[in-house]
Amino acid sequence: MIAELGHFALIIALGMALLQSLVPMIGSFKGYSSWMRLGRSLSMGQLFFVAISFGCLAIAFLNDDFSLKYVSQHSNTALPDHYKISAVWAAHEGSLLLWALILAGWTVAVALFSRSLPLVLTARILSVLGAISVGFALFLLLTSNPFERLLPMVPMEGADLNPLLQDIGLIIHPPMLYMGYVGFAVPFAFAIAALIGGQFDSAWARWSRPWINLAWVFLTIGITLGSWWAYYELGWGGWWFWDPVENASLMPWLVGTALIHSVSATEKRGVFRSWTLLLAIFAFSLSLLGTFLVRSGILTSVHAFASDPERGVFMLMFLAIVIGGSLMLFALRGPAMRKVAAYSGWSREVMLLINNVILVSSMTMILIGTLYPLVADVLELGKISVGPPYFNFFFVPLTVGLVIALGIAVFTQWKSTDSSLILSKIPVPLLLAIVSAGILPVYLATDFSYSITAGLTVFMTAWLIATIAADLRDKIGIDLKRVAKLSHSYLGMQLAHTGLAICVLGVGLSSAYDQTRELRMAPGDNAMIAGYEFNFSGVNPVDGPNFTAFQAQITVTKNNQLVANLFPEKRHYNAGGQVMTEAAIDPSLTRDIYVSLGEPLANGAWALSLQVKPFVRCIWLGAVMVAIGGLLAATDRRYRRRKKSQANNKVAP
Amino acid sequence: MHPIRKQRLQVVLLIVVASSLAAGLIAYMLGQNANYFFTPSQVIQGEAPENVTIRAGGMVVEGSIERSLDSLDVSFWVTDGIGNLKISYSGILPDLFAEGEAAIATGKLDSAKILRASQVLAKHDENYTPPEVADAMNQAYKLKQQGKYSPQEAEK
Repeated sequence: MIAELGHFALIIALGMALLQSLVPMIGSFKGYSSWMRLGRSLSMGQLFFVAISFGCLAIAFLNDDFSLKYVSQHSNTALPDHYKISAVWAAHEGSLLLWALILAGWTVAVALFSRSLPLVLTARILSVLGAISVGFALFLLLTSNPFERLLPMVPMEGADLNPLLQDIGLIIHPPMLYMGYVGFAVPFAFAIAALIGGQFDSAWARWSRPWINLAWVFLTIGITLGSWWAYYELGWGGWWFWDPVENASLMPWLVGTALIHSVSATEKRGVFRSWTLLLAIFAFSLSLLGTFLVRSGILTSVHAFASDPERGVFMLMFLAIVIGGSLMLFALRGPAMRKVAAYSGWSREVMLLINNVILVSSMTMILIGTLYPLVADVLELGKISVGPPYFNFFFVPLTVGLVIALGIAVFTQWKSTDSSLILSKIPVPLLLAIVSAGILPVYLATDFSYSITAGLTVFMTAWLIATIAADLRDKIGIDLKRVAKLSHSYLGMQLAHTGLAICVLGVGLSSAYDQTRELRMAPGDNAMIAGYEFNFSGVNPVDGPNFTAFQAQITVTKNNQLVANLFPEKRHYNAGGQVMTEAAIDPSLTRDIYVSLGEPLANGAWALSLQVKPFVRCIWLGAVMVAIGGLLAATDRRYRRRKKSQANNKVAP
Repeated sequence: MHPIRKQRLQVVLLIVVASSLAAGLIAYMLGQNANYFFTPSQVIQGEAPENVTIRAGGMVVEGSIERSLDSLDVSFWVTDGIGNLKISYSGILPDLFAEGEAAIATGKLDSAKILRASQVLAKHDENYTPPEVADAMNQAYKLKQQGKYSPQEAEK
């Protein structure tokens, strides 16, 4: 019964979304203000019914209703309750429902917080969001119904949730990622509405900035969680694999980052208008592409995709309509948005342009590297995988360029900057960076060998932090109490940029000084890695709630001082029979000790992977700082002023 | 030429040169880092190049796994039902690696047609399997289900 209610609520939500996409839009052209106002109520109605539908699916999971195909495939009675809830979005159908729920949520947020915008614009934004909802509701109902019954053969017990997904990181990773993906629908809808009206002014740009920031913050957190999860859960200590699924989330993030920077210039100086709109379109299109790549099964196999084309074809059509339609509209209306504004070589505008060129180039090369194997397979050029060296070859120098430009950009002003002023500010941070790059890696290196990678890494981090500190000193002197007087958007920017510096430090140093050894150890054996002594005392069987495991004990000492006792496990899940490696980690800011258990070998010995990973934690620490910085900037006071846009009366229908 | 037009021409030329350089570089790097996939029978027939990083895989032949007693060196045979390929590796095999199951290795072929693997993958998770791996495994699974694959026959 619950399932039918959920299914029915989803159908009503589709109806609501359909009305929401049509009524306010027609009203905006005809000038019926009552029709335009209807968008707000319709969006709330839609959220209500999607939430009921989602709630019904969650209840079906909690009640172990295995008559539902989706529940029986991804849950069983032994699963703890919190994993039953997270199993709702563990696979295709449920995660799409979560997508729809989050989209409805963002739409209501727009409806509530858009009173400063002209009614015509709000109506059109809600209408575009409604149209996207229609697409997703149709997709759910036609091809991916989570409420499909398994009648009359109801299984007594469900399969299991993939043990890799039975983890706190995976409970919150998809919702965060979707909040980001779907959040980009707001600037997208905004861009479409602005293009339809043929108008885009600074006040509107200001309105869109906190929305862009929020979506981007969620995406940042989502990607960070995914990377962190892969690190500790996949059991071999990697944190980024240039896997197509990861690339799918990194591409909208890069364009979103470009958008954040471009829209700041649009707000402050009125420049880059059409470019900002184009980026908003691309950020959401890439989010859709990411969903398509991950959810259509095309990555697993082009042929599997071709043999079960229903979902893939729907998504391709949806992508084509969204991307094609919005680019067409952009081609028609975009040029009219242009405004000629003068700025010279050493201006913040130019630095933001460099930022955008680098970020969009990064995205483009990732897009090509990700899609090339698919294209090659379709064209029967062979089965290819593009290795990490391709991505690193482009991404590393582009990031180095980005960081160096960022340090200079800190000293630039809008419109134009006296070049001698900039040149006078550069030497001190540059000197600090060079000296740090020369000295620090020698201290950090466990074997005291100098590494070029580490040197360059320290240079970049020191350069960024020194330039940020110099700028802070220019703003408030050395009186730290005056920090409170700085605007949130300035503090958020500096915090995010410092986070980037920390993240770069983690990436570079953990790559340069990582020490990994895979070896055969019998009980009582010792191994020495990067100054740490690992002693393996053997393996014992242990029982978990829904698995049995072999647990090893490894004692780590340094100079005969105990560092940690680590207990990595090899788990065997009862329901599905899957085997999983559970790594044991001794974390600290300057290094992680990472131990995982391989397979049993002859004579009681085991294969073990022992790793010392310097500064690896800085990667996620930096990313979290970036996210907090974005959040701080979104709370700036000037976004909360409820001032009617000056363009209020000038909007063309 | 009008100075503004001249400036525009310079910008356009710069964009053309920069983007063609970038396109060329991307094409070159893709060529360098694209690892082609070969089935065991393709390797046996000499279609796969030696000393170039390739990927190859199939079903692990039952009873073919040989572990060294004092190190993590291991070797095993994979089959696609028609041809067999020997793979040697040093390190920890993935959790789902097992006899009769599918596995894929990345590595270089030596002159004795043994694949010296730097990485071995077994079917892990739908999100963490490269497309060709899953595809080859699906083919191998199909062979197994259709009864065309029998370990005894494959070992010959």
